[in-house]
Amino acid sequence: MADARGAGVVHAADGPRELQHHFDSMAQQKDASSLGMWLFLVTEILFFGGLFTAYTIYRWMYSAGFADASRHMDVRLGTINTAVLICSSLTMAMAVHSAARGRRRPLMGFLAATMVLGAAFLGIKAREYAEHIENHLFPGAGFHYAGPHGRPAELFFSLYFAMTGLHALHMIVGFGLLTVLLVQARKGRYGTGWSTPVEMTGLYWHFVDIVWIFLFPLLYLIGRHAH
Amino acid sequence: MPVTGQSETHEHVVSPGSYVAVFLALLVLTATTTAVAFVDLGPWNTVVALVIAFIKAALVVLIFMHIRWSSRMMKLVIVGGLFWLLILMGLTFSDFASRGWLPIYN
Amino acid sequence: MAAAEYIEPVASPPRENYLNVKYGVKSWLLTRDHKRIALLYLASITFFFFLGGLFALLIRLELLTPAGDLVQAETYNKLFTMHGLVMIFFFLIPSIPAVLGNFLIPMMIGAKDLAFPRLNLLSWYIYVVGALFTLWAVVHGGVDTGWTFYTPYSTASSNGHVIATAVGVFITGFSSILTGLNFIVTIHTMRAPGLTWFRLPLFVWSHYATSLIMVLGTPVLAVTIFMVAVERIFRLGIFDPALGGDPILFQHLFWFYSHPAVYIMILPAMGVISEIVSTFSRKSIFGYKFVAFASVAIAVLGFLVWGHHMFVSGQSVYAGLIFSVLSFFVAIPSAVKVFNWTATMYRGSISWRTPMLYAFGFIGLFTIGGLTGLFLATLGVDVHVHDTYFIIAHFHYIMVGGAIMGYLGGMHYWWPKISGKLYPEGLAKFAALVIFVGFNLTFFPQFILGYMGMPRRYHAYPPEFQVLNVMSTAGASILGIGYILPMAYFIWSMRYGRNAPANPWGATGLEWQTPSPPPTENFIVPPVVDRDPYIYSPEVETIG
Repeated sequence: MADARGAGVVHAADGPRELQHHFDSMAQQKDASSLGMWLFLVTEILFFGGLFTAYTIYRWMYSAGFADASRHMDVRLGTINTAVLICSSLTMAMAVHSAARGRRRPLMGFLAATMVLGAAFLGIKAREYAEHIENHLFPGAGFHYAGPHGRPAELFFSLYFAMTGLHALHMIVGFGLLTVLLVQARKGRYGTGWSTPVEMTGLYWHFVDIVWIFLFPLLYLIGRHAH
Repeated sequence: MPVTGQSETHEHVVSPGSYVAVFLALLVLTATTTAVAFVDLGPWNTVVALVIAFIKAALVVLIFMHIRWSSRMMKLVIVGGLFWLLILMGLTFSDFASRGWLPIYN
Repeated sequence: MAAAEYIEPVASPPRENYLNVKYGVKSWLLTRDHKRIALLYLASITFFFFLGGLFALLIRLELLTPAGDLVQAETYNKLFTMHGLVMIFFFLIPSIPAVLGNFLIPMMIGAKDLAFPRLNLLSWYIYVVGALFTLWAVVHGGVDTGWTFYTPYSTASSNGHVIATAVGVFITGFSSILTGLNFIVTIHTMRAPGLTWFRLPLFVWSHYATSLIMVLGTPVLAVTIFMVAVERIFRLGIFDPALGGDPILFQHLFWFYSHPAVYIMILPAMGVISEIVSTFSRKSIFGYKFVAFASVAIAVLGFLVWGHHMFVSGQSVYAGLIFSVLSFFVAIPSAVKVFNWTATMYRGSISWRTPMLYAFGFIGLFTIGGLTGLFLATLGVDVHVHDTYFIIAHFHYIMVGGAIMGYLGGMHYWWPKISGKLYPEGLAKFAALVIFVGFNLTFFPQFILGYMGMPRRYHAYPPEFQVLNVMSTAGASILGIGYILPMAYFIWSMRYGRNAPANPWGATGLEWQTPSPPPTENFIVPPVVDRDPYIYSPEVETIG
């Protein structure tokens, strides 16, 4: 199987090299991979779902306190971060597109762009965390809140750090996956016959984006109209 | 060849143009949701925010994640997962919502 | 081969099989063969079974006398906590799926392996790592919160190694999730040609249903434990009442998984029973489709009833009503199965081999456990017996009288296939009887104790309860001996047992069409299926 390294397009053979021994065909293997990844994403829905459930209950119980606390979030940074992740989803989709067409250079470019955008997101998040901690908004002994809503606000921030922290952990894992993909792409491993790992990572990355799509309004945009 | 649930009904080619269109729609929706948050709609603020979020999520799932061109099986898997989350949220919420109904809780 | 007691021995085992194809520790620890991975799990869960049993022994010793004189209260709290955690998470939940499911599902569907063999091996390693965290906690003084980790005790006050144990359970949960994921994908995409859904053995159907629960429920447990851990480590306050947090919210999230978890523990055993009852009645399972759908119904309905663990916690009465009604519904598919197994045996050609003894034991004891579950689903009754020994008896009837008997029945039934050897039938029957007697002597008195008001999780009790407690401890000793016997003779049979033919029981199913033990790739010729399962006729008895 020749990798046309110098040329623009890589044709991976549709045959034995990527076909694992226990599968009858590439189609069956691809089916299994897709179903497997989607099932994994369903587990992630339930995983984050537990935190969203806690959030829903407490927001319903303490709507005023949650609205008050939400006003301490930086809407600008939150909106920018949302846009950053949406951009990264575009570059990821384009990476999958390039991989399936065997276009090695664009694939590497889009993967790198996705990583840069992901890193930007994490950087902005870190900046926000630092600000919150400085403003005594991290729950626990150092928590200090002006106004009557201190207790529900501490609940809000407990959930905020747990949910965005878990989300950030998922982004870091995604970053690791993208690194592996970039290394493999450079070696010309993905092409017209086989680009499954890129597609599967793409599904994961889009899912992490979707979680943020819900986190953003729920954490940053409550009670904005009150002031 | 075993009869299996095909993940994609056929190898569908999605043009980069579609991706860019979805991308722009997502940005517009993001700007919208932030802007609307500053307008007082009373209880409807939450509804609007969630509806926009669902539309954004749907765009990502259907186009970026290719579900629009996938088999019924895959669609069922996603719907199933969401439905299960609704069971968790719904039944749990029913407890908290109905606690005040009996006067003994004074 | 109807009711004859004698099995024609095979002169020597087949040449190359999955056991002897490669020797050495690396060939086992780095294997991708689902059959070897099943045996790796067998070794690990057996270890944890005996560890959990050790905790049980200490509990029962303490309860011989009314005074709390063997161990201090705090130590006793640790003992019942560790007993529960170890038995549930490190023995029962993996047991049948990770050992028998892993071994048999690819064979039953005519495949060479599971869909993701490396993920399967990773699942085992994840299980081991999680188990090591928990072992570390045990060795360093244990946890005393009860296996249920209720807040705010677990998040704020407990002085035990909550975080280490929580991390251990969290990690092991992913072993369960990945196994379930692997099974679902395998059953969907890798069935042999001609093997439609309604030609699948019921063992596969019940594992499919179990896998649905594993995939949908375990993640919620994982995130809940994650919340407990971060609350303890970072002093976040998600369940802290001082901040307005609600400990009942923890219970909702915890039981959303932990109730369906009991169906993870029983459904696979039900699958085993379907196979055994059919084979040893030499008759097709009555109402195959009903049994198949009942498995899925149990999995689905099982997610709607978790609040019946919380009737007296402070949950609203209306929620309690809803959960009570739904809990009655979940009993229906289980009852359907019991009726169908019984109808299968009616006018069948019954063979009293050891697996069938365990199946009989299962059906009787599971029925008692299940019916007492209906007592508990009745809100008014549960108010009185909640947190008493009635509950303990109820779930031990299902988990031990049901699930463990199903597990042992399955281990005896498929032992010839797994090891290529026959276990000693006479001794095995004796052990089954010892287990049955020991079990009932241990746990039936506990129904009475609970009804009379003895609370659970106390190391001391009023003197009038002593007689029944002594009976229970006596039963537990007998039960312990009963469990040691199979372990001993299974190991003995590996060296000294007679060689097993491909199909010692004259059973149907693809796994019996291949040698005992099977070759690594399972089938010398990939099978094609052209008939329904459980059809008994002379031409079915082929030697692979």
